[in-house]
Amino acid sequence: MAKISKEERKNNIISASLKLFSERGFYITTIPDIANKVGMSVGNFYNYFTSKDILAKELLLYIADYLGQNIRAINESDASTEEKIYEIVSMYFNIAQERPEMIEYFLRVYLSNREVFKDGCEGMVCVSSFVTEMMIFFDDGVSSGDLHSQDFFSAFGLFMGYLGGMVFLFGEKILPEPLENYKSSISLNIYNALKTR
Amino acid sequence: MHLKQDNKLKLLWLQGVTCNGNTHSFLNLKNLEQFLDKFEILYLPAFKTKHTLQDIVKCDLDCDVLIFEGSYDPLMLRCSVELKDILTPYIEKAKYIVAVGSCASFGGIFKASAPQRNSGLLFDGESITENFIDYKDKIINLSGCPIHPEWLSYVLNMVLKDIKIEVDELHRPLELYSTLAHHGCTRNEYFEWKVDAKSFGKKEGCLFYVQGCRAPMTHSSCNKILWNEESSKTRIGTPCFGCTESDFPRQNLFSTKTNMSIPQDVPVGVPKRSYLTMAGIAKTFHIKRLEGKLIDYKTDS
Repeated sequence: MAKISKEERKNNIISASLKLFSERGFYITTIPDIANKVGMSVGNFYNYFTSKDILAKELLLYIADYLGQNIRAINESDASTEEKIYEIVSMYFNIAQERPEMIEYFLRVYLSNREVFKDGCEGMVCVSSFVTEMMIFFDDGVSSGDLHSQDFFSAFGLFMGYLGGMVFLFGEKILPEPLENYKSSISLNIYNALKTR
Repeated sequence: MHLKQDNKLKLLWLQGVTCNGNTHSFLNLKNLEQFLDKFEILYLPAFKTKHTLQDIVKCDLDCDVLIFEGSYDPLMLRCSVELKDILTPYIEKAKYIVAVGSCASFGGIFKASAPQRNSGLLFDGESITENFIDYKDKIINLSGCPIHPEWLSYVLNMVLKDIKIEVDELHRPLELYSTLAHHGCTRNEYFEWKVDAKSFGKKEGCLFYVQGCRAPMTHSSCNKILWNEESSKTRIGTPCFGCTESDFPRQNLFSTKTNMSIPQDVPVGVPKRSYLTMAGIAKTFHIKRLEGKLIDYKTDS
């Protein structure tokens, strides 16, 4: 049997802990739970992450980098601003369906347990790779004349708050239609709200 | 003024469309008279010189150093002679040509008001023109509105010693223009931690975010070679207007152009993505010492 590399083991811990934290909650999930799910000893787990709080911050960085890389690819494409909005919405909803634990972690662990993240992950520190790409998206949109200039957080909140709300409704199984069916209408709503008047 | 004439480089200062700002600024050079005594001054506005402008426009004098101030309007009349006909023979003769001020360098404010007529001596904005292009290698641009007197003194001292002056792509001396106006600004710590100046004229805060400061995007040595040997625009709480750059004058000099709160322009050579990452993280933290008046801060508060 091929030996699993240290990097692969670390990724396994990240995947397993994301699922456990988002399903059970941050405080209920224990390190033995995570070690058990990955198939390693608790002692070995500490070779990778020295505490549950440090793991929590690493997970946040991991998600922010993942989202940031996807949005960067969209930012660097030749698509129009309207098309980029659709691409970002589509990417976000796809993750919510294919890897729901990533969005769940962001909404249910990060936003609900601020005390865990107050030292070392305050403000933009751990989410900057994601927020920076949204800044680049808005900056490009205004520079090209497609979007009207306004306070960044007003636009950011409108965009990401809307997506977070929809994914929450999806997770609660409240939406009557599959999430896929909302991509176009939500993208158009966001574009109409942000476009140059 | 006593001007010895023996074996000195012959210096001629001519003007195009100008407000005389660079002449006036140069008057502030420390020990100006002793400095000028190193040259034979053919003509220099605001000084009593050997020749009058009427003599100069006959174009029959020898000239080693030509200083040109103001925008270049080839058809402008000086003593009934078109400027191009005055400049051309002196440009051919001179070993060194210095365009002083942003108007002479790039066109400046007079180009902004009449771009069809006015340009810099060699450049029109950032583009090199056909005007005197055959002599481009001996034309040095000293941009600024106005120039610092020490900048011209530096160039003329190099000329006196016959030392080659290295220039950038806009023909500005690297020694003076490879730095940014941001370098040496006393507000740098506020820039690092993204703390805005609350208003003009205050000691505290950075003028980049709201008040239009162009210092991080402007090549000059304004905060290195201080004005009147003691201060600069940014030090007294006024934004840098970017007056040494080829796009000067810009619009809305007292406000920063932003897109969704994000500065449209970021420091020279810094990728916007990198800048935004650093800025976002720095803004997360609140440094108490930088948030109030410096004189009110107590170390143990």
